[in-house]
Amino acid sequence: MVPLDETDRRLLDGFQRDLPLAPQPYAAMAAALGLTEAEVIARLASLQEAGAVSRVGAVVRPNTAGRSTLAAMAVPEARLEEVGGLIAALPEVNHCYEREHRLNLWFVVTAGDAAGVAAALARVEATTGLPVLDLPLEAEYRIDLGFPLRWT
Amino acid sequence: MDEADRRIVAATQDGLPLLPRPYHAVAEATGLPPGEVMARMERLLAEGAIRRIGAVPNHYALGYRFNGMAVWDVEDARVDALGARIAALGLSSHCYRRPRHPPAWSYNLFTMVHGRTREEALGAVEEIAAVLGDAVRAREVLFSTRILKKTGLRLAG
Repeated sequence: MVPLDETDRRLLDGFQRDLPLAPQPYAAMAAALGLTEAEVIARLASLQEAGAVSRVGAVVRPNTAGRSTLAAMAVPEARLEEVGGLIAALPEVNHCYEREHRLNLWFVVTAGDAAGVAAALARVEATTGLPVLDLPLEAEYRIDLGFPLRWT
Repeated sequence: MDEADRRIVAATQDGLPLLPRPYHAVAEATGLPPGEVMARMERLLAEGAIRRIGAVPNHYALGYRFNGMAVWDVEDARVDALGARIAALGLSSHCYRRPRHPPAWSYNLFTMVHGRTREEALGAVEEIAAVLGDAVRAREVLFSTRILKKTGLRLAG
C-alpha cells in the first residue's frame, strides 16, 4: 500500500474532480491547498509514480468516443493462464480480471465502433473455443462525485 | 462529439501532462488553440460526455484490495429508479444496467464495491441491498482474485 501524507490526502480528497479548466490548473490547485505550483506538480508526479494515482485527466462517459462491452467467460482452471494471457494481450482489452465465480474471467473490450467490439469477441471465441457472454452497457447510473476515500 | 472533440479525448485519455500549462500541450497535440481546447472540454463536461477532470485514484494501491462486483436481479420496472438511488449513495464506484442472458446469467444491475477488507466491501453490499429491498430476486458478489490488465480507456484507431 502506498503511504500518503496529510497533504496527499487533501489533494486526493479535493481534486478527484474539478481540476480547473484554466491555463494553469495546477497553480489554481496550489492556491487552494496552500502549496506552490511546483509542489503540486511534484506531488502529482510522485503519486503517479507510486501508483496511487493512475492519471490526472478526464473520466469519459462510456461509449462516448467508441464502443465497449463487458465480457465474461467460464474458463476451465487448467486453461486459465493460457486464456487469461491471451485476452490480456489483446489491444482492444483494457481491463481483465479473474473473479470467484463459474464465470471466472471478466474483461472489457473497447473499439472505435460496435463492429470492432463484435470482431474482437468473435476472435476470442474462435481462438479459445470457449463461448463469450456479451454484457454491453444498457444504462449507466451516474456516480458524479467519484468514490469517496476513507482514510481511517 | 465532433472530430475535434474526439481528438481532445484521444489526446487526454492517458492523462494530462504534469506541466504548468497542460491544456496548451493538448492544444499543440490536437492543432487547436488552447482557448478552444478548454472551451470544448468545458462543454463536454457540461453535457456529461466528460464525467469529471481530476486525479484518478488507483483504489487498489490505496489499500482497497477487495474489489467486489455485486450483481443483482432487479425487477425491470424498478431497476432504473433504484439504480439512480444506488449511484447517489457513494457506496459504489460504478453502477450499470446490463442485459440478462438466461440461464447463464440472470443479473441486470451491476455495482462495484471496494474495501480494505472483504467485510468492508460486503458491508457496502448490505447497505445497497437494504435500498434495493424487495425489488431484488437474487444476487451474488464476485470478488476479483487477480488483475490481469488494467489500463485507462483506449480508443482503437
